[in-house]
Amino acid sequence: MDTSLKIVIVDESPIRAAILEGGLREAGFTQVVRIEETTNLLARIYALDPDVILIDLENPSRDVLEQMFQVSRIVKRPIAMFVDQSDTASIQASVDAGVSAYIVDGLKKERVKNILDLCISRFNAFARLQDELDRTKTALEERKVIDRAKGILMKAKNLTEEEAYTLLRRTAMNEKKKIAEIAQSVVTAAEMLK
Amino acid sequence: MSGSDSQLRIGFIPLADATALIIAVDKGFTAAEGLDVELVREVSWSNVRDKLNIGLFDAAHLIAPVAIASSLGIGHVKVPIVAPFGLGVNGNAITVSPPVHAAIAAAADGDIGNPMVSARALAGVVAERKAKGQEPLTFGMTFPFSTHNYHLRFWMAAGGVDPDEDVRLVVLPPPYMVESLANRHVDGFCVGAPWNSVAVDLGIGYILHFVSEILSRAAEKVLGVRQRWAEENPDVVKRLVRAHGRAAAFVEDSANRDEVSAILAAPNRIGVAAEVIRRTLDGRLKVAPDGTVRTDERYLLIGRAGVARPDPAQAAWLYAQMVRWGQAPLAPDLLAAAKAVFRPDLYDAAIGRNDAKTAGEPDDGIGAFTGPAFDPNDIAAHLAAWRIRRR
Repeated sequence: MDTSLKIVIVDESPIRAAILEGGLREAGFTQVVRIEETTNLLARIYALDPDVILIDLENPSRDVLEQMFQVSRIVKRPIAMFVDQSDTASIQASVDAGVSAYIVDGLKKERVKNILDLCISRFNAFARLQDELDRTKTALEERKVIDRAKGILMKAKNLTEEEAYTLLRRTAMNEKKKIAEIAQSVVTAAEMLK
Repeated sequence: MSGSDSQLRIGFIPLADATALIIAVDKGFTAAEGLDVELVREVSWSNVRDKLNIGLFDAAHLIAPVAIASSLGIGHVKVPIVAPFGLGVNGNAITVSPPVHAAIAAAADGDIGNPMVSARALAGVVAERKAKGQEPLTFGMTFPFSTHNYHLRFWMAAGGVDPDEDVRLVVLPPPYMVESLANRHVDGFCVGAPWNSVAVDLGIGYILHFVSEILSRAAEKVLGVRQRWAEENPDVVKRLVRAHGRAAAFVEDSANRDEVSAILAAPNRIGVAAEVIRRTLDGRLKVAPDGTVRTDERYLLIGRAGVARPDPAQAAWLYAQMVRWGQAPLAPDLLAAAKAVFRPDLYDAAIGRNDAKTAGEPDDGIGAFTGPAFDPNDIAAHLAAWRIRRR
């Protein structure tokens, strides 16, 4: 593996960028730089003069990088997107993962293939973590709403906690909705009736 | 119409010229054609292009030169794209910072509302800066293969400014334009609505020109689909185009403008104040921080004057700009491929043939403010007309 390559990561998510940097360093790459602030991006990149640039697809500055394909006065070293006309699978995988790679023109694709693969797997891992975190957060929120709705029902209808929960669950089943949704309507209604 | 709905994913960038697409979906014109469309808001043209190319999108709101570049395989993987519907003609404007506006006004030998006067004045400003050893002026545009890039170049080169030698042209994502003008990373930009208005409203920019003053009929955005997909799904293309035709007519009926502006203002659509969108659709723009308003009914054309029917002459003009500025070689097969991106036949198949010229439209289909009439079959003659060019 060619660990002397200089890699720049452009990602507005510092956590994801750190995860990716960690992965690249573990793989032996020593020259890894992160750019989080995208003002004057081109100037920053030229100052660093990287061989490989990795950018997340949520970043509008991706279009700025496309300018580096152009052979013009402001472009020092032409950059090409990491694509292989015959290999749409690699583009598909990277777009799915939400990352895109640009390499210095003339750099052999084989030399960076493993960087892109690593990048894709780290991005996917990050997405899974994010997903899990979001799900946990939602579950917590839902628990809170259900607890509040139970409280309201217990007080208004003089029910035990178990009876209140049963009422929520039965209503949810009848209306083909989630318990949290029914609980939310109870909370909303109670607030309106205040 | 088939019984089951066809599911489509369509990508767009939050700009006023995505209006026909957004209205087609949000007002139910696509649903009425049995199309179940999911609109996906994107942040960069590179993303839109890549997702369309690999099939994550079935169709997309595309900047016309990107459709052509993708079809020719310039700068990226070659994936032939076809455009069966024109989403917008014109709509861009050139905005400059207050000091640059003042400098141009001071150097002008006439009304700077005339693009030739303003371009020559810019040349004067550029020469003066050079003589004083100051940094060259920097202008923002949205993408290397963009109308904005070509419109800026066409205008300034007419006045004697070499866009590659005398100034810097840099790519900036549209949402960053205003901020970059405010903090002086750029001195001006060419971008679509609503960003010019946003800069004027903040008091940090003057709209120097509507692009409609530079080219009276400049193809801007198209509905793009993969050529292969279009061949495999002719019926879906027909229904999609029909829905867009109805949406464009709905948008151009001024009685619907408030409703249209409100739909577009939603955070998951364009996400700017309905009032700003309304001004854009009406072609009534505040051009200076003091509140001066300029009105041009050609500012952005969506369904009027036959602009929704793709015109291969306009594709040829865009290709000619790629050649002029050294992005593409001049070759008959490339010209033919560029023209073949714009598909009036697919439009006609869905909406009915109507290629009659609307009265008052330019004879050459472009209507540039300077130079000879454009001949889509003679790109060499177009190039020969200009002193400043890369080829």
